[in-house]
Amino acid sequence: MTLGRWAAAAGPLVGLVLVCVLFAALRFETFVTWDNVAIILQQTAVIGIASLGMTLVIIAGGIDLSVGSIIAVGTVVIALCLTAGMSPGMAALVGIGASALCGAVSGVLITRLKLLPFVVTLGMMGALRGAAKGMAGEQPIYPDETWLSAFMRLGDAGSLPLGVWLMLVLAVAVAVLLRQTRFGRHVYAVGSNELTARLCGVPVERVKVLVYIIGAAFAGIASVLQFGYLTGGDPTTTVGLELNIIAAVVIGGASLNGGQGGVLGTLVGAVIMSVVANGCTKLGLANWVQEIVTGVIIVAAVLLDSLRRRTSRQD
Amino acid sequence: MSVARLRLSGICKRFGATQALKGVDLEVRPGEIHGLIGENGAGKSTLMKILAGVVPPDSGAMELEGKPFHPETPESARRAGVVMVNQELAIAPHLSVAENIVLGAEPGGFFLNHSNARERARSALSKLGRADISLDIPAGRLSVAEQQLVEIARALALGCRVLVLDEPTSSLTATDAAALFSLVRTLRDQGESIIYISHFLEEVQVLTDRCTVLRDGLTVSTCETPQTNPSELARAMVGREVNELYSRRSRTAGEVILRAVNVKGGLKNVSASLELRRGEVLGIAGLVGAGRSEFLRMLFGLDEFSSGQVEFRNDSQAGTPTQRWKSGMGMLSEDRKSEGLALNLSLEENLTLPRLGAWLRPKRLEAETRDWIRRLAVRCAGPGQAAVELSGGNQQKIALGRLLRNRCEVLLLDEPTRGVDLGAKQSIYQLIDELAAAGKAVIMVSSYLPELLGTCDRIAVMCRGELGDARPVEEWDAHRIMLAATGASSG
Repeated sequence: MTLGRWAAAAGPLVGLVLVCVLFAALRFETFVTWDNVAIILQQTAVIGIASLGMTLVIIAGGIDLSVGSIIAVGTVVIALCLTAGMSPGMAALVGIGASALCGAVSGVLITRLKLLPFVVTLGMMGALRGAAKGMAGEQPIYPDETWLSAFMRLGDAGSLPLGVWLMLVLAVAVAVLLRQTRFGRHVYAVGSNELTARLCGVPVERVKVLVYIIGAAFAGIASVLQFGYLTGGDPTTTVGLELNIIAAVVIGGASLNGGQGGVLGTLVGAVIMSVVANGCTKLGLANWVQEIVTGVIIVAAVLLDSLRRRTSRQD
Repeated sequence: MSVARLRLSGICKRFGATQALKGVDLEVRPGEIHGLIGENGAGKSTLMKILAGVVPPDSGAMELEGKPFHPETPESARRAGVVMVNQELAIAPHLSVAENIVLGAEPGGFFLNHSNARERARSALSKLGRADISLDIPAGRLSVAEQQLVEIARALALGCRVLVLDEPTSSLTATDAAALFSLVRTLRDQGESIIYISHFLEEVQVLTDRCTVLRDGLTVSTCETPQTNPSELARAMVGREVNELYSRRSRTAGEVILRAVNVKGGLKNVSASLELRRGEVLGIAGLVGAGRSEFLRMLFGLDEFSSGQVEFRNDSQAGTPTQRWKSGMGMLSEDRKSEGLALNLSLEENLTLPRLGAWLRPKRLEAETRDWIRRLAVRCAGPGQAAVELSGGNQQKIALGRLLRNRCEVLLLDEPTRGVDLGAKQSIYQLIDELAAAGKAVIMVSSYLPELLGTCDRIAVMCRGELGDARPVEEWDAHRIMLAATGASSG
């Protein structure tokens, strides 16, 4: 089991090493510095945390297209709470709570009305983006700076931003949740075969709703970091980020059919995307080149994964 | 004697460490129904994959109508005239009957030639004597039997030389199966060659002209079917005498543990009452689609019913499957592949799913799974192996192991031996017998009458949703059950 799980993450890991070696060979002096590593990880934190939540959703056989909008809602809610005089900690909690609520709405619509997750969360994506703009009056809101900005602040050489540490702690928590608890086992079972799960007494609806709530709550935590990064709430931030988040999960070896995926792979997937973005910038490549490269990596990752599965099946 | 339609000789195939085929010979004559039988793992499916062009043989010769036949892809096998109709039907439910029949071989170039397509579809259906099926309705609206017919028609429209039917009756009612038999005979009389694969030896006996038995990757015999009998075939398949297929030790029926009172409802209009006692095996017979599975699912809380009640251990609260497992009831699904098991998950995950602590203890779960694998003699690589890689019989043992591990007091078994080989069947019968002797209560739904008669203490027959009275097995025989199941006598 354990060996198999490492093997599953090995593909993305090899990919990550390859990408790093490539950029290190091309731009050693600027790419391989502690500052640059810290920057890459800082750039990973928002997507990384959100994709931890998305990993659960995707393993359970679902998808959440609304996380980009949820993050925007989160930053706006935090900003509004701060301008209303709330303490930063309280404001962050309210932001996370509001995000989780969005996930609860998606989850309930999907399970109660038996609607497709793709459609429900596509609707939520638009509706929440609108809600964020409405709440913010279509303007970014910049309250006075608080310690929330510290999450994304780059410190001295040798240190990592707090947000990166938060991502790592959450990753461990999700890994434990997935592998060491009954709930985690149920998530895999529901994604692998919902009928079997039901037959075996797994409370399928509850698992699904919880998964969307957790996924959205992680988007809420990501929104706290995004708020710190922007030092404000912006209803137009992170448009389309859900696609990068889903890409990170898929590069990490999860299957959009459900039942497969893991924390390690997802984190590696998220880091690969940041490394590519960072490396392309260092090479002075235009943004469009970087977008093409990312696209190629997504397809290549899935292709390699399916090839590997095909060969292992024949043994 | 004319040249053989299809001749295979000395076919060998190795997958990694396993020699799946060690030299198979098969000769199919024009205008014959040729039975192909063998236990799971005997090499039938590998042979069919080779025939269908899915995998190439390592060695051996294949000839189709005297010419070398070496299909490199399923496409080229079909074009050469070897067409399979599998157990799992390949029908596009939203396309019309005509579109399905010409699927993959649509006449016309870039633009479809609709009238030619319809003509070909119609002529294929009329060859089957079923010109009554409308060409225009979506194939998904047809019954399973009719969908199968559409697949056979598709093979005919392709101009097939050898038609392979793999377990064609496994999802058919007795009436539909009889209709299929006469259709297959018609095709034979028109000069088609049919390879007929089945687990049901009685079927093979009735239908086929000759029959080839595979065992352990070898052809053990080919014989004229009329000169043999099912028990001889069974002996050839397993390589030993099969006398004690069913086991039944003395059982004592105890208190009533499960009671259904006027349970009504569902799509099949189920209407049923029954009492199940400890220490007995209660069989439910009936035609496929009579509502047997639905009734079982109602008892287990998987399907809803509109009136009546189910009392389990004197508790009549409506139960969900979660509660049922907790209070000691377990269910085995009739559909192992799409419901019974999560095929991509490991054996351990499949076996332990109904009962897990809030915190998992991986070492202990693994040891426990290892233990069940040993006790049930499951052939596998270990607890971490994915369920999909096991043979049908071994998969079924894992699915059954789930109920045993949960120490279920009441076991609802829906077609427990479907698609499993003789050896696994025998161990499943033994297991059921042991459970009953140990005071557990079993309800077994089956379409295979000999196993119901051989295993059960009482049998009730369901006909169009109505469940008849459960009567001691001594009062039944196959004929009486069929009469009750078809509504010819009040069950």
